[in-house]
Amino acid sequence: MYIGGNDKASKATMIKFLLIVNKQGHPRILKYFDSLPNGRDESVRAQETEVIKKCLTVSDKECSFFDYTTFKIVFRTYGNMCFILAVDDDENELAVLEFIHNIVETFDKYFEKVTEHKIMFNLDRVHMILDEMILNGRIIESSKVQILAPVQLLDQVSRR
Amino acid sequence: MQRFQKWSTLFAEAETMDRSYMADELRPARRRDRFMARVKLRKRMPAPKRLRDLIREIRAARTAADERAVVQKECADIRNMFREEDATYRCRNLAKLLYIHMLGYPAHFGQLECLKLVASPRFTDKRIGYLGAMLLLDERQDVHLLVTNSLKNDLNHQTQYVVSLALCTLGEICSTEMSRDLAGEIEKLLKTSNAYIKKKAALCAVRIIRKVPDLMEMFIPAARSLLNEKNHGVLLTAVCLILEMCELSPDTLNHFRKMVPQLVRILKNLIMAGYSPEHDVCGVSDPFLQVKILRLLRVLGRHDPEASEAMNDILAQVATNTETSKNVGNAILYETCLTIMDIQSESGLRVLAVNILGRFLLNNDKNIRYVALNTLLKVVQADYNAVQRHRSTIVECLKDPDVSLKKRSMELCFALINVNNIRSLVKELLTFLDKCDPEFKADCSSNLVLAAERHSPNKRWHIDTVLKVLVSAGNYCRDDLVSTTIQLIQETTSLHVYTTQCLVRAVRLDTVQQPLVQVCCWCIGEYGDQLVAGTCSEEEPLELSEDDVLDMLEKIIISSVSSAVTKGYALTAVVKLSTRFHNTIPRIRKLLSIFGCHTDIELQQRSVEYSSMFKMPDSIRTGLLEPMPLLEKTNIDAAMTNGDSTAVEEDDFVVKDEPRVDSVTKNAESQSILDLLSSPSAPPPKPEPTSKSAGSDLLDLLGDVDLSAGAAPLPVTGIMPMPATNLLDGVTAPPTQVLNSQPSNNVTSFPAVTAFEKSGLKIVFAFEKPDPQSPQLTITLTATNSNMAQLDSFVFQAAVPKSFHLQLMSPSGALLPPNNSGCVTQLIKIDNPQKQPLRMRLRLNYTMNGTPVTEQAEVNNFPAQLWQ
Repeated sequence: MYIGGNDKASKATMIKFLLIVNKQGHPRILKYFDSLPNGRDESVRAQETEVIKKCLTVSDKECSFFDYTTFKIVFRTYGNMCFILAVDDDENELAVLEFIHNIVETFDKYFEKVTEHKIMFNLDRVHMILDEMILNGRIIESSKVQILAPVQLLDQVSRR
Repeated sequence: MQRFQKWSTLFAEAETMDRSYMADELRPARRRDRFMARVKLRKRMPAPKRLRDLIREIRAARTAADERAVVQKECADIRNMFREEDATYRCRNLAKLLYIHMLGYPAHFGQLECLKLVASPRFTDKRIGYLGAMLLLDERQDVHLLVTNSLKNDLNHQTQYVVSLALCTLGEICSTEMSRDLAGEIEKLLKTSNAYIKKKAALCAVRIIRKVPDLMEMFIPAARSLLNEKNHGVLLTAVCLILEMCELSPDTLNHFRKMVPQLVRILKNLIMAGYSPEHDVCGVSDPFLQVKILRLLRVLGRHDPEASEAMNDILAQVATNTETSKNVGNAILYETCLTIMDIQSESGLRVLAVNILGRFLLNNDKNIRYVALNTLLKVVQADYNAVQRHRSTIVECLKDPDVSLKKRSMELCFALINVNNIRSLVKELLTFLDKCDPEFKADCSSNLVLAAERHSPNKRWHIDTVLKVLVSAGNYCRDDLVSTTIQLIQETTSLHVYTTQCLVRAVRLDTVQQPLVQVCCWCIGEYGDQLVAGTCSEEEPLELSEDDVLDMLEKIIISSVSSAVTKGYALTAVVKLSTRFHNTIPRIRKLLSIFGCHTDIELQQRSVEYSSMFKMPDSIRTGLLEPMPLLEKTNIDAAMTNGDSTAVEEDDFVVKDEPRVDSVTKNAESQSILDLLSSPSAPPPKPEPTSKSAGSDLLDLLGDVDLSAGAAPLPVTGIMPMPATNLLDGVTAPPTQVLNSQPSNNVTSFPAVTAFEKSGLKIVFAFEKPDPQSPQLTITLTATNSNMAQLDSFVFQAAVPKSFHLQLMSPSGALLPPNNSGCVTQLIKIDNPQKQPLRMRLRLNYTMNGTPVTEQAEVNNFPAQLWQ
């Protein structure tokens, strides 16, 4: 009996994609870690829309995970922003939730109180931070200090 | 974004990232050249919009069409700039394009620009170029192969940040070809002393072995030595790499089983070592690493007693020492439970794990309750007793406001039902069924009925439960529930009146629930006489007169809420009552004629046919409307397994989806009524010009019965008949030569049975047995034709349940002369070693006036003496 792992070697990545959207459903950050067989075509975009809609309409009483086709969606809302991660269906949901929190805390530390505005207008920095945290759909690092070190170095230099 | 566009910052940025790197970029002369070039360019075309401004503009767009217009204009500008080979603003343009891509617009035309930026020596260009490559390139395009060379160069770059950029990109877009080209580089990077590089290289290696498993071998030593690192990031990624290898190859899995003690040590250090601020989350040190190690332990310990044994202690330690007040601690506990349940752990540990999950159910956090229910659902079969202990908590979760939690706790409750707890659990589930959302009702009701059937303490409770399910689930319950309920009621002979009374009570309160009303109608039809006679021994029997009962049926018949099927049930009930009630016959006839010209053809036909039964002698009607014979349980089961969920009873009332025969008007009818014609002396009903189709699911039933095709008929009177074909391939009965073509009309011991009568074609069975106890039975079939036209190519085929053996002899001919002026006879030999009740399905083919006709029917009215 397998309850956690799956023997089938079908899991290319742990995290399929990351979506950061605002309450209106506009994407602010979108990153796929799984290569899409047909690129980001109509069906993929329709799927994004559906996931976003579902995440934004879930009430407080319901839990933060749901199964969607072959994977699982874990999401968490912070103020005006909703962070959505699609993960393998045998992933530890609670740990993924914790990881979302880790992302938000890292953003918070970098931007000194993260807002939708800051994410939107600093796309490259946000991507840089994410690249320090996730690679190939897996977590690289969870220490905020180490994640932010290269980014802050770059900022220092730019400011001078 | 605009800050990249400032020259000074651009250079300064590159400078500090690595002073020696790109030193030439900083030379003032170069700088001046570039500046001049830019001035020249500006004269030719204005500076492009900044990303910041583009975002503002897009946000300001009122409608989707406005937004599209803005984006299209910008895309056109960007394309132009790309075409101009403008290097100055390439970075800015690509950044804008990435934003546009995120919004869902096509951005593939930026792919080549990514490559140009990546090849640039400047850090900023590279950074944006690689970001673009990650987002825009994928394995489908050949373009991505062009990036391989740049990647190779950058992986060997002396600046760690450039190497890191290349590694990140490789981790996202690496294809099979790239894997082969760059695996060596990655393996080298895994051995560097730089942790920042190593952790990323490890994840690139994961991607590479996923793409090309053959390359795994070269990474094994490096992966093993990575576990000796202190750096958390490196450990985390090393565990990922090993997990991947273990999943890909069982040999490697075996190899890494030796590492269990080392993994246990790492985990122990994590728990025991004091506060490490960098990776601390709410007082738990590096939960992500803990979770990953636990997961790897699970893979290593699965199916391996030795490895499982080595990790028992640490799992117990994690399970008992982890802080549970925060989500993060529970995440680790959850992972621990998964590992404990999956490896070959000690029974005490398993109970501990189930108890942790049970405690989760009491947590305020719905997410934690969710994972607990999910996991319990997976382990309930293996750890039944341990889970059973948390029954009351699970039942509480039925009341959870979250739908997915409700669903899972419902499933779990059904998994937990056994003989001992059925009363209390079913009570809770019935309350749940009553209040739950419609989406649950079908599942819940079906499962309740199943559970009641499996574990019910007594018949009365069983019936009560099923009736409650019918009341609560109402129209949401599945179709088969009606027939299974009827079957159950019929079997429970001692409770017929009680059940009918309960049903009548329930329907008086609520006539909207169609399945309930249908079952009620059936019961009234069958047991109406007992209902009125007041033979019920219950405490508060319903006092019902014949008129009361008919009032009720009338209400159902004329109600606009009733579906056509329900009305059909009610009509049949009324006609059945005509032999059970004595004082209200005129009213019954009036009720029956209500639908004489109903738009629903089924109802109309029923109404007309039932009415016409009063024109026949009473004895026929009495025979037709006899109580339904008890249905054999096994038959139902067989039918069910065949996917034939409409159990046999339904055939008697509702004939659905008949295959239409030719273009003749569809004339559906309750074939059993005619099949039941047990008096061979009765005059045949008026020949109808229409051809009718019969048994709705003959083919379903044929699935579980032997089938013997009629032997090739002998040519008679110069007509060459078609040889009979088998209904089912692979099931054959050898055609036998004619043994006896003489009909033996009068058999003394058994009454003859009219097996089929339709469209002027009548088939009568006569029976013969060598002695009353013998399992062998010979049936002589006599077919006659009362039409004006003769029937040609007459072929008779029959099928019986599996326990029988059927042999069809050759018929006496294939031609039926008109006006009963002749007959065809055929012998059927049946062996019934198990003395089962005999049933038979018929298939008749013939040609009338040149039109081929196929008829199907079921014969259920064999006299019981035949097998007793």
